[in-house]
Amino acid sequence: MNSVTKIIFVLLIPGMGLGERGFAVHMADALLSPTVGGAMWTVSAGAIAYCSAKVRSEPDERKVPLMGVLGAFLFAAQMINFTIPATGSSGHLGGGLLLAILLGPHAAFLTIASVLVVQALFFADGGLLALGCNIFNMGFVTAFIVYPFFYKRILGANPSQGRMSLAIMLSAVAGLQLGPFCVVLQTYLSGISELPFSTFLLLMQPIHLAIGIVEGFVTLAVVSFVHRARPEILEGAPRVRPIGNHPLRGVLISFLVAALLTGGILSRFASENPDGLEWAIAGVTGKEELSGPSRGIYGALAAFQEKTAFLPDYAFRKTPEAAVRSEGDAGTSDVRFGTSVAGVVGSLLTLGIACLVPFLLRKRHRET
Amino acid sequence: MATINGTSLDFRLLDRLSEGHSAVHRLDPRAKVLATLFFIVSVVSFGKYEVSALFPFFLYPAAMIAFADLPALFLARKTALVLPFAVVIGIFNPLLDSRILLHVGPLAISGGWISCASIIVRAALTVSAAFILVSVTGFPAICAALERLGMPRTFAVQLLFLYRYIFVLIEEGKRVSLARELRTFGGRGPGMKHFGSLVGHLLLRTWERAERIHRAMLARGFTGEFHPRRPCRFGVRETLFLLGWSALFLLFRLENIPRFLGTYVTGVLG
Repeated sequence: MNSVTKIIFVLLIPGMGLGERGFAVHMADALLSPTVGGAMWTVSAGAIAYCSAKVRSEPDERKVPLMGVLGAFLFAAQMINFTIPATGSSGHLGGGLLLAILLGPHAAFLTIASVLVVQALFFADGGLLALGCNIFNMGFVTAFIVYPFFYKRILGANPSQGRMSLAIMLSAVAGLQLGPFCVVLQTYLSGISELPFSTFLLLMQPIHLAIGIVEGFVTLAVVSFVHRARPEILEGAPRVRPIGNHPLRGVLISFLVAALLTGGILSRFASENPDGLEWAIAGVTGKEELSGPSRGIYGALAAFQEKTAFLPDYAFRKTPEAAVRSEGDAGTSDVRFGTSVAGVVGSLLTLGIACLVPFLLRKRHRET
Repeated sequence: MATINGTSLDFRLLDRLSEGHSAVHRLDPRAKVLATLFFIVSVVSFGKYEVSALFPFFLYPAAMIAFADLPALFLARKTALVLPFAVVIGIFNPLLDSRILLHVGPLAISGGWISCASIIVRAALTVSAAFILVSVTGFPAICAALERLGMPRTFAVQLLFLYRYIFVLIEEGKRVSLARELRTFGGRGPGMKHFGSLVGHLLLRTWERAERIHRAMLARGFTGEFHPRRPCRFGVRETLFLLGWSALFLLFRLENIPRFLGTYVTGVLG
């Protein structure tokens, strides 16, 4: 593992900046299983519904345009770079914590979530299925874990300048440790990437410790400027503090239960049968497999394939055991070669047809 | 500076694409949102060693680009720019998973390379699907669709407000950035020292803008609703679009088309 870890370090460190726009590394669709993606979508959708109801019930309707414009402000602020001392690389504001300080947890959560929706659609940061994960990792963690349990706790009832600085620094670091931790957990649970949990964790946490410290300094700089220029903005925020004394714990627990439930239900699809969708179809139709020519296009095609298949034992994907077994048996190597050629030819052909036929059809359509 | 201009320019270009008038653009946004979600779930539900079975799914982005008159190269470039993150994580698979799963002639291919290729293909498919959704539908219409599909009104209004002011504030961010760059003689000294007051000023201006917007809203009798440009109607075309693509994705998901084609073609030739 040592040499592998070293190689990973060498490869990952220059790559880290690439997936980043905004808060931290985004979870990506390509690394996500439908089970994890679906569970996180459920949690994030629930949190959005809950926060929407909370924000709507607030008497201060100035918040409606304020949330929208502050979300847009994050995009603008992220265009302003600064040089990180002693490293020469440049950074920018993430802004999740800043929003939580300015708006309070519910409005901040909705604003962060809306920024992530725009990023997912216009910059494809993460992706649409991973949106649930990203809203959780950056929005939920910042607004409902870091803000109440770190920022508010450390700030206390009578905040001094020093206490506020400490609260901001520690909250920024906590947010950028918890968020990436969730990314690692979600990647690991999805099982698409081969990175072992501990190795991935060892890579992500130290890098994000540095990012968190920078984020803390930057947030502190902006907050203390606002504190000097218009202190009433900061004083107003905690007063409209919609967080009750106890319900937050209930909210956290109910979200956890929802995540576990959906994860549990969805993982039945994934684990009992390697092909989740097929299991779902079997559940719906009551049959193990859709079969028989009466079942529309699929049945007809399957029957057609059975008739025309020249190498019925074709297997593109071999189990390791099968591969080892056939290794010893020289007689089967020709068949294997044949099937591989079939695999390659079929793949290239499909790719060609899928990409080109629509354009050809379109051209003909235009000419006529 | 080039990157800032590039980012906001790309953003605008992508946004403009939704003003097209093709048959795909005219469909009810709900059909397109649901088809995209079904597409992405079908793609990511494959096992991690699946590569060839993903290829038929390229039909969807290709068909949408062709029939909605989208600039294929622009979208391909944008997709390629986003791929590195998936590649950075995926490239570890060959290091960590060296079981031989496949032989192509004398070449032995390990499971790691297959799953790495799978990650890259997945990323290309899911990323292009997101870009295509926004370029054939447009952000406000996607919000309207999501709201009709059950998203809370407050969040829909938030998304629309954000969208309206992104362009305004990106311009402002660009002006601030340019002004500082000119005063620091090409970036000598964009340190953290002045960052706080720079972004702080931007924040205060934003705050004041929000207060003006709120007064303007009150003056115009804003009731918390935006009115979309195109009326929504889920008719026969939308049903056909959604059912057609869903059936196709289901077929691609359950049946390995390249395998079928490959055995058929090589069988005929042999």
